[in-house]
Amino acid sequence: MTIRCEIVSQDRTVFAGDVDIVVLPGAAGEMGILPKHAPVLTTLKYGIIKVRKGGREELFTVAGGVAEVQPDIVTVLADAAENVEEIDEARADAARQRAEEALTKGVPVDTDAYLAMEAALRKSNLRLDAVRRYRKGGGMRMPNSEN
Amino acid sequence: MASAREMRLRIKSVKNISQVTRALETVSASKVRKAINAVMATRSYATKAWQVLKHVAEQPGRDSLHPLLAKRNSVNNTLVVVITGDRGLAGAYNSNVIRFTAQRFDPNPVPVKYIAVGRKGRDLLIRRRKNVIADFSNLPAAPTFMDVSAIGRLAVDEFLKGSVDELYLVYTDFINMGRQLTTVKKLLPLELGGEGRVEEFEHKSTDGPAAAYEYEPDQREILDEIIPRFTALQIYQAILESQASEHAARMIAMRNATDNAKELVGALQLAYNKVRQQAITNDILDIVGGAEALAAK
Repeated sequence: MTIRCEIVSQDRTVFAGDVDIVVLPGAAGEMGILPKHAPVLTTLKYGIIKVRKGGREELFTVAGGVAEVQPDIVTVLADAAENVEEIDEARADAARQRAEEALTKGVPVDTDAYLAMEAALRKSNLRLDAVRRYRKGGGMRMPNSEN
Repeated sequence: MASAREMRLRIKSVKNISQVTRALETVSASKVRKAINAVMATRSYATKAWQVLKHVAEQPGRDSLHPLLAKRNSVNNTLVVVITGDRGLAGAYNSNVIRFTAQRFDPNPVPVKYIAVGRKGRDLLIRRRKNVIADFSNLPAAPTFMDVSAIGRLAVDEFLKGSVDELYLVYTDFINMGRQLTTVKKLLPLELGGEGRVEEFEHKSTDGPAAAYEYEPDQREILDEIIPRFTALQIYQAILESQASEHAARMIAMRNATDNAKELVGALQLAYNKVRQQAITNDILDIVGGAEALAAK
């Protein structure tokens, strides 16, 4: 018994496949979705989506979005999403520093530019966090008991 | 028959035109490639978003779920977003959109307001004395969602204000380089079933969608967020589709123009050669005639 999982970001399909369980960072907390789950429509927080199939687990960072759960399919419409394996740590770090600098240099608060920078900072922090927690020493740990 | 000089000038001008059309074809060819990439990249997201919207619309008691879902008892005004290009020289691309719009909405029983996206469409609509309430021209070549979200916001606001009771979108769906399809899509209030591209990876829900959603955080908040945004997203996707279609249409039109010019040059050249040959023959006859007249003396 599997459930279909499709993760799309605005510019591409990040993941599509049949899996055993999907864990989503929902607005009201983490939620694990198994096959035959009741229909849910939820917004997503900045966080990590875990997808497990057999013994293999894949992780995706998601920078907000919406998820629709039907009994046989989970559709994640992410504002931005990325497989943790794809994240370039050095680049993410550079992006974080740029965003931090720009923010401390004083973009007027409450402007679109400020909000955009803040979002960029949150996003790069999330990516770095994801990389460091789940990719120590190159191998992937099973993060079941964490979070 | 025209004089040789006139024909030479004509050949030259046709050749010049064919150079221009060939250049335009090349430019469009590279633009269409970029536009296709953009449209393909966002298509899966837009399709999924549309599916989610449809599932929401299939919810029991949808009319009371959210004002954007409620069907109105009496429809007094219709709003149509019409997407065309800013430039001409794209074959029948722009006029197709306007002709289609006229066919579809001229018989409309209630007054129709238009939002024009693209300069050509705006001009053509105004010339037909349509009620154009807003104009979004000169969009950037590869617009981001931010660039066009204002269009969606305006349309949704008009709907919520009650000044219109239906929202339609007319755009050109990009199917492939040779085929673009002018399409109308009803955006608000959301309608069940109906058209919509069937993607090869589309997932058919087996259990039927009747069960009611649970909402997190709460229904109002989430619907408030996604319905306007996904509606705007449909407009964004339509703009990308239209742009790809426009470039493809222009490329084909320019290729045809170049081919026609080549053909025309060929025909003109033939005629010109005949005229020239005729002139030479006449000259020779004159000379021979003159020489004979002299010899006979």
